[in-house]
Amino acid sequence: MLKVTNLHATVDGKEILRGINLEVKSGEVHAIMGPNGSGKSTLASVLAGNEKFEVTEGSVEFEGEDLLDLSIEDRARKGLFLGFQYPVEIPGVTMANFMKLAVNEQRKFRGEEPLTAAEYLKMMREKAKIVELDTKMTSRAVNEGFSGGEKKKNEIFQMAMLDPKLAILDETDSGLDIDALRIVATGVTKLHTEQNATVVITHYQRLLDYIVPDYVHVLYKGRIIHTGDKSLALKLEKEGYDWLINEQQ
Amino acid sequence: MQDIEMTMAKENENDILQELTNREYEHGFTTDIETELIRRGLDEEVIRTISAKKEEPEWMLERRLKAFRHWQTMKHPTWGHLDIPEIDFQDIIYYAAPKPKKKLGSMDEVDPELKRTFEKLGIPLEEQMALAGVAVDAVMDSVSVKTTFRETLKEKGIIFCSISEAIREYPELIQKYLGSVVPYTDNFYAALNAAVFSDGSFCYIPKGVRCPMELSTYFRINAAGTGQFERTLIVADEGAYVSYLEGCTAPQRDENQLHAAVVEIVVERDAEVKYSTVQNWYPGDKEGKGGVYNFVTKRGLCRENAVLSWTQVETGSAITWKYPSCVLLGDNSVGEFYSVAMTNNYQQADTGTKMIHIGRNTRSRIVSKGISAGKSQNAYRGLVRVNAGAENARNYSQCDSLLIGSQCGAHTFPEIDCRNRTAILEHEATTSKISDDQLFYCNQRGLSTEDAVGLIVNGYAREVLQKLPMEFAVEAQKLLALQLEGSVG
Repeated sequence: MLKVTNLHATVDGKEILRGINLEVKSGEVHAIMGPNGSGKSTLASVLAGNEKFEVTEGSVEFEGEDLLDLSIEDRARKGLFLGFQYPVEIPGVTMANFMKLAVNEQRKFRGEEPLTAAEYLKMMREKAKIVELDTKMTSRAVNEGFSGGEKKKNEIFQMAMLDPKLAILDETDSGLDIDALRIVATGVTKLHTEQNATVVITHYQRLLDYIVPDYVHVLYKGRIIHTGDKSLALKLEKEGYDWLINEQQ
Repeated sequence: MQDIEMTMAKENENDILQELTNREYEHGFTTDIETELIRRGLDEEVIRTISAKKEEPEWMLERRLKAFRHWQTMKHPTWGHLDIPEIDFQDIIYYAAPKPKKKLGSMDEVDPELKRTFEKLGIPLEEQMALAGVAVDAVMDSVSVKTTFRETLKEKGIIFCSISEAIREYPELIQKYLGSVVPYTDNFYAALNAAVFSDGSFCYIPKGVRCPMELSTYFRINAAGTGQFERTLIVADEGAYVSYLEGCTAPQRDENQLHAAVVEIVVERDAEVKYSTVQNWYPGDKEGKGGVYNFVTKRGLCRENAVLSWTQVETGSAITWKYPSCVLLGDNSVGEFYSVAMTNNYQQADTGTKMIHIGRNTRSRIVSKGISAGKSQNAYRGLVRVNAGAENARNYSQCDSLLIGSQCGAHTFPEIDCRNRTAILEHEATTSKISDDQLFYCNQRGLSTEDAVGLIVNGYAREVLQKLPMEFAVEAQKLLALQLEGSVG
């Protein structure tokens, strides 16, 4: 599904990603961990197409296509979803309206008819249940005045609405209390199928109690320095990153 | 001429054509031989001619001449935050009989660019035809539609006609109300308008009558051929109600460069008037050539318990200069002003309102949303005045500015003049930009940048758009998005 080869990227001339190699197949869950500033969020942003970053080397293939050639919106329409660490507020635009546009853009891209208002409302109600989101929230402006937990639930709600092939969740667990973490993580698990894939970026093993990864990668200074199975996350939780970093040097 | 106007709508024409059409527009006052024109320039004889052509009574001519003599003593105002090229008032033709537009046989003959705009705005086909000048009689029996409206209104005793007709048919009402809110001495353009106004609308709602329909619906079909110096007078008698819409979301092309309209509204005791405007005159091209100068005086007078609400969406014109105002004369009267003013490319807007609190317990509310893109300049100018006798007056003002890009300007000139200690006045102001993060977020959900900008701008303007009559709110939303096409990215 996704194949990242020797990916280098810079921001303001500073190299953040320094040769990432990563392959994600359908049905898989990957976790990306690593110390602060190692380039995790940059990797997510670059894959989504954020123009703040410049790709200087390497290639990314998504569903057999050159991902780097596509605009941000076309990547999204083709099924790449980014769950934001800091979801953005859009005053005056209701969540329901925002998602209606997004869903219908995607349908248009696939050559499908736009949903009728009734179909859309029904879909919204069903998907809201997945993350126990009060549907009243959807008549509020996008992320405006949402609590930290509501914002993250709202990200997973959008993921449910858009049903992506590949979801990259950037620190979806940050700023969540224990109950919200359970709801959000369970929601992600419910959405996981054999036809899609999930990449979770996290600092904490506890998220992976719910979202069980097939692979755990450690990113350090813009490179993946180690890959293991879910037990690696447990080991990292206990011992930190020093042993891996020392191994590097 | 129409073909040239149409051509001007196309943005990416080759240079030669563009230069040609722009030059044509710059000298937009040059004659169209086929129409009935009077000679260029302005003097008493010209005014007598206009009055005679309108078959006006003697008292009306006297009013015009008085206004003209006063205008001659006045100087062009300079206080606006505007860069206005010098206007030669002797180089203007002040009367042209409504030009019979060249009728097109079918929609196929309409400029594709104009058609695209109509479609994007979602204007019904019949109206598209009427607005584009297609012979509609065959398609839609517009005469019968008008007649139906007219009969419904007549049953209620509502008068709705052209101001020229009103001057002939209802002289007592005109003599009582015309110039009672905006006297000819008010300002330079009000004086000019009082001297030379060509046509406009008159609307009278009798005591206790609630106008059964949005006058917008009626007006829209009748809107073709609005004049250069329009004069509008609306009178809502005691306890009456009317919602009135001026203008149209469809692009309005006009060869007249200078528009100086006057709108007067009288809201008698316990009456309510909602006046909505969508202004989409030709704004000039991307280089700032051409475009309409829109210098408007709008004011309403509120008696006891009266309510006057102005809502405006200003997207067109090269230069906009207008301040729809409320004189809150009666106790407990209410004035409202909701405005979205959007400028792009080289457009300039200096707009806002005046709330004059004279009566006791008078309340006013101002919500102004400026949007500037391109190299445009957008200013809010407002005055909240509380006279000494206006016990317990209240005002709430909110002035927001949204900047798109880094080459435009947003300015606010709020003035408060309070002479009564019991007044409570609040003022809030914000300036914001569409952030890259917002655009990235929208893009990541599959929205194109243009759609994202449209969405964000509409969200920002929502509070005002909600005040528009339903069918226009939807079109106005699309209009905002459309006017910003190509301004980002």
